[in-house]
Amino acid sequence: MPLSKQDIDHIALLARLEVAPQEKGDYVEKLSQIIELVEQLRAVDTTGVVPMAHPLDMVQRLRPDSVTETDQRDYLQQNARDTENGLYTVPKVIE
Amino acid sequence: MSTLLPDFAEMARALRAGKVSSRELTGDCLARIKRHDSTLNSFISVYPEQALAAADAADKAIASGSAGPLTGIPMAHKDIFCAEGTRTTVGSKMLDNFVAPYDSRVVSGLAAAGMVSVGKTNMDEFAMGSSNETSYFGPVKNPWDLQRSPGGSSGGSAAAVAAGLVPAATGTDTGGSIRQPAALTGLTGLKPTYGRVSRYGMVAFASSLDQAGTLTRSAADAALMLGAMAGFDERDSTCANVPVPDYSATLNDSLQGKTIGVPKEFFDDGLEAGCAQAVQDAIKQYQELGAVVKEVSLPNLAMSVPVYYIVAPAECSSNLSRFDGVRFGYRTESTGDLADMYTRTRSEAFGAEVKRRIMTGAYVLSAGYYDAYYLQAQKVRQLISDDLSHCFAEVDVIMGPTTPTPAFKLGEKMNDPVQMYLNDMYTIAANLAGLPAISIPCGFSQNLPVGLQLIGTQFAEGLLLNCAHQYQQATDWHLRTPVISGGAA
Amino acid sequence: MSWEVVIGLEVHAQLATKSKIFSGASTAFGAEPNTQACLVDLGYPGVLPVLNEQAVAMAVKFGVAIGAEITRRSVFARKNYFYPDLPKGYQISQFELPIVGKGQLTIKLEDGAEKVVGITRAHLEEDAGKSLHESFSDRTGIDLNRAGTPLLEIVSEPDMRSAKEAVAYMRKIHQIVRYLGVCDGNMQEGSFRCDANVSVRPMGQEELGTRTELKNINSFRFVERAINFEIQRQIDLIEDGGRVTQETRLYDPDKDETRSMRSKEEANDYRYFPDPDLLPVVIDDDFIAAIKAALPELPEARATRFAESFGLKSAQIETLVGDVDMAAYFEQVVGEGADPRLAANYVLGDLTGALNKDSLEIAVSKISAVDMAGLIKRVMDNTISGKIAKEVFEAMWNGEGGADAVIESKGLKQITDTGAIEAAVDQVIADNPQQVEEFKGGKEKVLGFFVGKVMQLTQGKANPGQVNKLLRDKLSV
Ligand SMILES: [Mg+2]
Ligand SMILES: [Zn+2]
Repeated sequence: MPLSKQDIDHIALLARLEVAPQEKGDYVEKLSQIIELVEQLRAVDTTGVVPMAHPLDMVQRLRPDSVTETDQRDYLQQNARDTENGLYTVPKVIE
Repeated sequence: MSTLLPDFAEMARALRAGKVSSRELTGDCLARIKRHDSTLNSFISVYPEQALAAADAADKAIASGSAGPLTGIPMAHKDIFCAEGTRTTVGSKMLDNFVAPYDSRVVSGLAAAGMVSVGKTNMDEFAMGSSNETSYFGPVKNPWDLQRSPGGSSGGSAAAVAAGLVPAATGTDTGGSIRQPAALTGLTGLKPTYGRVSRYGMVAFASSLDQAGTLTRSAADAALMLGAMAGFDERDSTCANVPVPDYSATLNDSLQGKTIGVPKEFFDDGLEAGCAQAVQDAIKQYQELGAVVKEVSLPNLAMSVPVYYIVAPAECSSNLSRFDGVRFGYRTESTGDLADMYTRTRSEAFGAEVKRRIMTGAYVLSAGYYDAYYLQAQKVRQLISDDLSHCFAEVDVIMGPTTPTPAFKLGEKMNDPVQMYLNDMYTIAANLAGLPAISIPCGFSQNLPVGLQLIGTQFAEGLLLNCAHQYQQATDWHLRTPVISGGAA
Repeated sequence: MSWEVVIGLEVHAQLATKSKIFSGASTAFGAEPNTQACLVDLGYPGVLPVLNEQAVAMAVKFGVAIGAEITRRSVFARKNYFYPDLPKGYQISQFELPIVGKGQLTIKLEDGAEKVVGITRAHLEEDAGKSLHESFSDRTGIDLNRAGTPLLEIVSEPDMRSAKEAVAYMRKIHQIVRYLGVCDGNMQEGSFRCDANVSVRPMGQEELGTRTELKNINSFRFVERAINFEIQRQIDLIEDGGRVTQETRLYDPDKDETRSMRSKEEANDYRYFPDPDLLPVVIDDDFIAAIKAALPELPEARATRFAESFGLKSAQIETLVGDVDMAAYFEQVVGEGADPRLAANYVLGDLTGALNKDSLEIAVSKISAVDMAGLIKRVMDNTISGKIAKEVFEAMWNGEGGADAVIESKGLKQITDTGAIEAAVDQVIADNPQQVEEFKGGKEKVLGFFVGKVMQLTQGKANPGQVNKLLRDKLSV
């Protein structure tokens, strides 16, 4: 099932990616090839098969409820492009 | 004349005997990087001062008698492992300016064992690729033939070790990213069991598949390195609390009576003749070492690539959402609203293959498609895992080729993602099932190295290393080194 | 046309853990921005979540307390969307297999009737950070201290039929989580908030109408007002020939209206899938048994016990038991030796009045339970009268010390010395011959006049019982 340009627009929006008009054809073609590859799975009979979410047969380990982290704000904010008064800043959000 | 010695054991002996210092070994690596890396492009960052300081510390430890088997031996890390205070790019423009504020478990473990990291190696962007051509920092060249790819995504690590720039390097393997480059560059590449090595501090591509491992010349070196990398880590919920055995202690166990399963599906039409021959010869060698060979079957093997190209993109599309320009990494210069900031940041900083995978992942998880793609892939993943379990009911180790062909030319597959993906068809199954696997050099085809892949049951790294070591005691493929044009190896 | 209202609530209760659900950062309220946001909370590349044991225990505790099913193998999933206060671009939540399954809750309505509300599920998830829109004129500031705080999201069936029922249900949940100690219930700080799904349908229609979701309402009063506004908006819309669109709306308490939240609408295809960084949470019999064994007394049991041990009126018991801190305070007062009925009167009367006046919670009352008992005991042993007690209470509330100290320093000790009271009685009788005549002539009411005069003379300190008795004795001569 080949993807349409609308499909590309929708998933680009979900993924917060921009596909320039001149690239769109290439994305449609290559993603369609990939989808065609994975569509082979439809032919496999999986009746009664339990989905495998994880390779290890282990259960979640629980951590004791204790505070082990200390304030590293100034150190960590060195990696951010825009901060002020200890806050990370982004373009104005209107709700 | 290089001071680099053939393996860790000899380096350790020479260091302890005072025949060479870690500073000399490290200095030699730095010199070789300087001489050859403009050709190979295998490093993204090199840290001469830090490396020499660590080497001096190692020399002190050796002098004081507190050294271990890895103390003072130089190495390099794939640039996917966070190392505090140093740039960690993951081969992407997105993290070009990112200075990791903490150490990954792999980095701290090997540093604690005394290894000296000289720098960070090139890789496919976010480990997505099989040729090292998706790196923001440019493709890496295969030292055996500079026109060709060393494979990927751990291509920088493979090229650097194959060219003798460093004796060893770390890598990560999500669908073959250690084993495939190892095969294409004539190295020993070990992908441990999922959960054997903590993923803490390793930038995630596909969380249920990613596993850290090693690129070395020999299995004996891999055994030592794995010992320092493996083990329980409370910071990773998926890290197994299973004791770490002394992998070196079992290297010399006899292979008498061990059974080797050879899946017939590994020898299909896609396998290049020279590769098939080298692999068949290697299996004969194992029979001479006392092993029994059996034909087995992995009926769903052909589905492993389609399963992988749903599971890995789905996980990566989510894992890479954190790169939004707010807390770290690249942020667009353009001024717009919030949606604009996100979209431009991500579009400007991710390369084409990463974008394709993120979009594929968003698609297969999106409303209306989840059951048909993602859930079905998880079910077929279980079938592939079951196939492997059935084989292991009969045999100790599965063997076959690592890759369908020897190293391919740079640019050859870049415009055809599906052809590129099929390059991993023999390696992906081990990732899907979480099994350990190793690729070892077993000959040449078209004057290029060929890899033999061994797959074991979960936590059977000891047996894989034992099998690999016995083969390497009987053969010398792993000692062959390329001659790099522009400088003697 | 008459309309039926259908309401379901999603209550978010912040679990009272010390550290976050997947990291070791503190959850304490009110810290400087981003000083309690560690690598995991910030979604740094390479770091991984590890689940907090107490968050799991608290969720199970809630499930056990309401008799709900506990899922023996629950799974964390990722809910994917982009928002600046969501650092990883996904929220770790539970989707298909929540830790608490079906259960139910009985609520009491205003007319005293009871109603059973179904609980669909309760799941564990991490909270987001905070977007601060007012800090800068041109940008939004992001504080991630709250990111990763554990939440229990309790989802009801669409069983409520009015805003009042919704409020009663929300109060009930609030009461239970506070009794269990799994949530501090502080609504101003956002520890307890709810989303309301509201729809209307013509009375008798089976099929549900299109619903809207009212987000993040953080007071009981606002829940009622928001729902009522929304009901009317939907009915007006339909009656005017329009249609309700399924959307997320925000309640604005200042304008008392709801409005569409456009930012949440554009892409709500959340692409849930199991979080590969976390493994299934397996809860065994021992874990549940240990939680059951340590379950505190719940409101119903406490009400029964109060009725049996203290002989209070049912309305009093309901109020006392309604809030876990008030019930504990009351019990402590009684435990210190105060008469239960007097204690109930003081706690529900003077104390509640003073707390309300100063907008204080009983947990931070200016008069401790021990001091309150001290005051009541002085009433019980006739050291002061009930009237003087009000004055003592006032002084204690203003920080002038315990009951005994106040009585001492203000000289409020009741006069029980018969000689002293007799002198005052004699003087009042001597001063008012006309009233004496009236009393003797059979005008009983005049006795009150004499009591008043005696109390005036003794500055209210005479024991009223003794004054009455002496007056009668002397006037009857
Ligand atoms: Mg919700
Ligand atoms: Zn929620």
